[in-house]
Amino acid sequence: MFAKPSRRDFLKGTGILLVSFSLPTLSKTTLAQSGPPANTKTKTVALDDVDAFLAIDPSGGVTLYSGKVDLGTGIGTALTQIVAEELDVPLARVHVIEGDTALTPAQGKTWGSLSIQNGGMQIRQAAATARHALLQEAAKRLGVPAEDLVVEEGTVRSRSGAKQVSYGELIGGKTFSLKLDKQAPLKDPASYKIVGQPVPRFDIPGKMTGQFTYMQDFKVPGMLHGRVVRPASIGSTLLGVDESSVKDVPGLVKVVRQGNFLGVVAESEWGAIRAAQKLKVTWSNWEGLPEQSKLWEYVRATKVSKDDVTSNVGNAEPALEQAAKRLNATYNFAVHTHGSMGPSCAVAEIKDGKLSCWSSSQATHDLRQQLAAMLSMPDTDVRGIYLEGSGCYGRNGHEDAAADAVLLARAVERPVRVQWMRADEHGWDPKGPPTLMDLQAGLDATGNVIAWYSQLYVPEGAIGNVKLVAAELAGLPHETGMVPGNVIQNTAIPYTFPNVRTVAHRLAETPFRPSWIRAPGRMQNTFCNESFMDELAAAVGADPLEFRLRYLNDPRGVDLLKRLASFAQWQSRKSPKQKGGDVATGRGLTYVKYELARTYVGAVADVEVNRKSGEIRVKHFAVVQDCGQIINPDGVKNQVEGNVTQTVSRVLKEEVTFDRSRVTSLNWASYPILTFPEMPDVDIDLIDRPTEKPWGVGEPSAAVVPSAISNAVFDAVGVRLRSVPFTPARVRAAIESA
Amino acid sequence: MTVDDPDMPLLYALRDNLGLHGPRFGCGLGQCGSCTVHLDGRAVRSCVTPLSAVGKKKIVTLEGLGTPDKLHPVQKAFIEEQAAQCGYCINGMIMEAAAFLASNKRPSDDQIKQALTHNLCRCGTHLRIVRAVKRAAAGG
Repeated sequence: MFAKPSRRDFLKGTGILLVSFSLPTLSKTTLAQSGPPANTKTKTVALDDVDAFLAIDPSGGVTLYSGKVDLGTGIGTALTQIVAEELDVPLARVHVIEGDTALTPAQGKTWGSLSIQNGGMQIRQAAATARHALLQEAAKRLGVPAEDLVVEEGTVRSRSGAKQVSYGELIGGKTFSLKLDKQAPLKDPASYKIVGQPVPRFDIPGKMTGQFTYMQDFKVPGMLHGRVVRPASIGSTLLGVDESSVKDVPGLVKVVRQGNFLGVVAESEWGAIRAAQKLKVTWSNWEGLPEQSKLWEYVRATKVSKDDVTSNVGNAEPALEQAAKRLNATYNFAVHTHGSMGPSCAVAEIKDGKLSCWSSSQATHDLRQQLAAMLSMPDTDVRGIYLEGSGCYGRNGHEDAAADAVLLARAVERPVRVQWMRADEHGWDPKGPPTLMDLQAGLDATGNVIAWYSQLYVPEGAIGNVKLVAAELAGLPHETGMVPGNVIQNTAIPYTFPNVRTVAHRLAETPFRPSWIRAPGRMQNTFCNESFMDELAAAVGADPLEFRLRYLNDPRGVDLLKRLASFAQWQSRKSPKQKGGDVATGRGLTYVKYELARTYVGAVADVEVNRKSGEIRVKHFAVVQDCGQIINPDGVKNQVEGNVTQTVSRVLKEEVTFDRSRVTSLNWASYPILTFPEMPDVDIDLIDRPTEKPWGVGEPSAAVVPSAISNAVFDAVGVRLRSVPFTPARVRAAIESA
Repeated sequence: MTVDDPDMPLLYALRDNLGLHGPRFGCGLGQCGSCTVHLDGRAVRSCVTPLSAVGKKKIVTLEGLGTPDKLHPVQKAFIEEQAAQCGYCINGMIMEAAAFLASNKRPSDDQIKQALTHNLCRCGTHLRIVRAVKRAAAGG
C-alpha cells in the first residue's frame, strides 16, 4: 500500500489554489514492515498545511496524521471523532497515523492534558479548512452555490438532492495544498452527531484478542535483541568487564561498551537476557544519594537557585503577623515512579547512514532531535516512529530505551530491539521529585481567612527534553539541566483571600533524574493546598464545602461544587465526625481548577480508617468534572476512573526507596501498587458544555485525590496526614501522637 | 520449534519463537500477570514457567482463547465494557478471568476481585475489568 507519489498537478478551485499530488495511503503495519527510508520527503508536516494533518484518497478514505499520540488514553478514537464530525464522514472511514516524524506534524509532546485541547483543535481547524475547500470545489463542479450544499457521509449534495459528488471524486487522488485557515467556519456543536458520543475505542478489540501490535511486539527483518546492564550505583564508573563470563551464552553477538554505557546483543531475546544476567562487571562504588530517612532535611538544605513567585495579592507576611490566629503546616510527597506495566522498549535500525527508531515516546519529534544530537548526525537523517506501548503516565523510560537501542544497533550494525527488564524500569526511569511545602495562614477574630503564604521546595527547571540515560553514560552529547515538568503549577490558589503569597523555591539539585508524572506538581501542590484549606475550615468549625464557597468567586467553580454537593449527597457539618470504634469512617471534599485556567474537578472521598492497624480503605470516590466540550464521554470517564485509582495507589502505598547508592524498590514487591480488593468504587458526573472549548482530562482528576483522602481521614479520626504515602505505620503514628 | 535452553521461560517461546502477541513481558518475576497463559486450563505465569515444566500440557494463549470473529465470552465482555486503557495488562486479566469463571460460574464482586488480586493494572481500569468479568459471568 506504500504508493509512491506519482504525479503532481494543479487544480484551480473557486478562489482557492488546490495544489495536489497523489498521496500514499499508509498503514502503520505496512510502514513498519517495509522498513521505510529515514528521510521521507514526500509529505509535508508543516503545522500550517492542511496536508500535514489530513489526506483523502480517491475512494473517500480519510487519513489523519496526528503529532499527538495515543498513550492508551483513547485519544486516537477521540481525534477520529473530531475529524469525522467536522468533515461529515463515517468514523470507519478515518484512519490515524500518529507520531511519525516523516509523516505527522510536530504538535508538541503528548503531555499536560493537551492532546484534545490543543492538538485536537489544530486538527479540527484543519478539517474545517478542508471541508470548506471541498464545498467550494463541489459548488463549482455541481454549479450549485456552496450555501445550498450539504455533506452526508463524505458526499456533497445539493439540498434538493438532485446533484452530488463525493469527497473522493473532488479530491481525485490529489492533495489539498492549502494553508490551515484559522478562520475556517466550524460546525455548530448543536449539529454534532459523532462528537459527544461514547464511541467505542477502535484499538480495544485488537487488544483483547492479541491482534494488536504493541511496540513490544514489533520486529524488523534481521533484528537482534539487546539488553542493557546498568551501573551498580547511579554514579558508578565502569571499571572492568569480563567477557569470558558470557562466552557460553548461545547466540551472543556482542558485549557493547562505551564509557559507562554497557549492553549485550544476542540473536535471541532469551540469549540477551542470559548474557545480561551472567556478565561479570566491576563498577566503582558511589554513595551520592542522601539518606532516605533524612530526605526532607536534605531537601531543605539544598541550595535554592531561584524563587518563583506564582501569586502575590496584598501583603501576606505582615497580614500574618496581625492575624488573631495563625496556622502552620508542612506537607510532603514522596519520590514516585511511573510504574508502567510493560518495561520500556524500542527498535533501532541504521541503514545507509540513516537512523529509524521505533519507540513509544510521547514526543518522537523531540526524541529525533535528541538522538541526532547524541550521534552528532543531522536530524534529517533520523526518523522517529511511534508505536503504542505500555501506558507511561508521563516521561517514563520509553525515550531512554530508544537511545539504548540506537547505541546497540550502531555497535553491531544490525537492527536491535531493546526491552528493559523490570528492575531497569523501576530503577532507571526518571522520577517524580520529592516535593515539600510549608504553609501558613492567618485568621481574624471572626474566623475570616486574611492571609495565606506557601513556600514550595521543588527542583529547578521546567519543560523540555529529559536527558537520555544512554547518552549520559556513554559520554555523548546530552542535555544537562533538570526537566521536572511545570511543577509549580497549582501553587497559586483559587480562593479570594485578601493577602496571598505563593513562592516556589527552586532547588539546584534533586536525588534522581526528575521528570513529569501525571499531573506533575499539580497533584502534589493541590494535595498541600486543599488539605490545608480543610485545616482552615476545621479551625473555624465550618463545613468544608461551605467554607470553600465563601472564598470562591468563579461561577463555573461554584456550579461545580454545588453539583458535587448534590451528586455526593454532601451533608453540611464540620469535621471531624464524632469518634467511632476501632474502624472509623469519614468523608473528605476537595476542589481544583487545573492550572487555575482550565478543567474543574471536585471530589468527595469516603474512607474507613482502622485505628489499630492504621490501614486506610478508600471505599468510594464521587467526582464531578467540567472539562468544557466533551468529545467522548466514555473516554473521559475512563480517564477519571484511571486517575482516581492510580492516585489512590500513589497516596496509600507508593514510595521509591533507596540507599546511598541506588534505588532499592526494583519490582512490584518492593514498590507495591493498588490491587483489585483495595480499589474504591468511583462514580462520575460529567458536566458537558458542548459550546465551550474542550479542555484536558488526562490529568486533572489525579490532582484532587490525595487531599480528598487526607481530609476524609481527618474527618474519620481527627488526625492530619501530611506526608504521602499514608502508610499504616504513619497513620498509627499520627493517631498515637494526637 | 527447537530451543537450546530448557530453562527458558515459556513466554519467550510463545512470543519470539511462535510470534504470539497475547502473553506479554511485564516483570519476569510472576508478580504482575501480564504474561498469563493457560496450561491445561489453569492460569499460569509464563514468564517464570520454564519450558522443561510444560511437558505435554496444553497451552492456550489469548489468541487461542478467541479470535475477532469468534470471541470468547470474556473477550466479548471486555470489549463491551471498554475495559482497557493501554491494555498491556489485559491479556492477564482475560486469561485469569477465563480460568476463574470456568470453575466459578456466578462469582460475587469480592470473589472476582480476589481472583484478580495478583494481576496488576497501572492505568486504573480495575472497575471496568470487574464489570466485564461480571458481564461475562452473567452470559454477556
